[in-house]
Amino acid sequence: MDEPLAHPDAKPPNDQVPQVSLLTIFWIFFQIGSLSVGGGLTAWLYREVVEKRRLMPEADFMGALTLAQVLPGINMTNLSVYVGQRLRGVQGALVAILGLILVPFFAIIFIGSIYARLQSVPNLHHFMDGLASSAVALLLAMGLKAVKVTRMQPVQLGLVGLVAVLVGIFRLPMVPVILVLAPISVWLAWKDIEKELDKAPENAQANAQANAAGRDKTGA
Amino acid sequence: MREIVAIVLVLTPLSLLSFGGGASILAPLHDAFVTHYQWLTAREYVDYFAISRTSPGPGAMLVTLIGWKLAGWSGALVATISIFLPSSLLCYRVAKVWNRHRGSPLHRALEQGLLPIGTGLTIAGAILTQHTAGSGVLGWVIVALATTVIMFRNPHPLVLMACGGSLMLLIRFALG
Repeated sequence: MDEPLAHPDAKPPNDQVPQVSLLTIFWIFFQIGSLSVGGGLTAWLYREVVEKRRLMPEADFMGALTLAQVLPGINMTNLSVYVGQRLRGVQGALVAILGLILVPFFAIIFIGSIYARLQSVPNLHHFMDGLASSAVALLLAMGLKAVKVTRMQPVQLGLVGLVAVLVGIFRLPMVPVILVLAPISVWLAWKDIEKELDKAPENAQANAQANAAGRDKTGA
Repeated sequence: MREIVAIVLVLTPLSLLSFGGGASILAPLHDAFVTHYQWLTAREYVDYFAISRTSPGPGAMLVTLIGWKLAGWSGALVATISIFLPSSLLCYRVAKVWNRHRGSPLHRALEQGLLPIGTGLTIAGAILTQHTAGSGVLGWVIVALATTVIMFRNPHPLVLMACGGSLMLLIRFALG
């Protein structure tokens, strides 16, 4: 049941996403919205979209996650808008967000109206504590898996640790931390890509020369 | 009607100012509805917050409940739209521009560069959430246990959470 739906090798190239129906998008978000008690919605979405269905690669999702956090608004709805937009444009975004909040909308009013009675259920809060801890584990595992799957370099790993410690343990406000560290991280990535691009034309030239030389030989 | 207008006037700007996610709207909501309008008691507000943590969906559904309390179903609907629509429209615009430049070297650098930041924030979010929950050392033990299980077996989240809840219940009983 937890087998990925597509073969791992069928992972799409960076600029394409597989065709997904609006109904599938609605269903993914409807499930997450309905079942995600105790938080950790991002981890659910990651599991569905990246791991199980392979609709987008890890880096794409994590980039979107950072955008969702930097932009104002609720992170999860921002992320849903992003994923919906990426998969099916404006309709995808609309369907994603509707699917996400349809059940929660009625659920919170329902629970609110019976709250007084729920509070008197003995030991319910023990169960809820354990449930919340498991939801936290979903988030933590998502972060660890992203580190593992994307084979991060030591510098990137250092940045992951730095963000986790500054925001998670020292409680520095998130937005300033992102505004300082993200440009540094992007600059480092840019240097890497520049190096790669510098090499690429040389390789292409070398190949062309080699081919030309080969042709000369065969011609002679 | 007065309540509906107030809901729109309070929540719409909050939607565009709520940097860093749902938690940042908690204090302004309290200021507006408990302190300023006095339509909710402090006790009710805390209870509503607790409900928003135990019901499905984003924590910001708290505003739905406040809207319902103040003005019934139309209040709930208006509150939900006011908090989600403005920021979603902005996010949609940004996502569109972002994805249009997919594949360009600059986009690749941004994506690669944001990867460790997003990952770090996810781990930080996990630590912060567990701290806020206040379930002590035992809570952290369950986090560690569940994380280990996910890394090796990847069970369905619902199964995992049901087990985590039951385990906590059992241990607390055993410890008295």
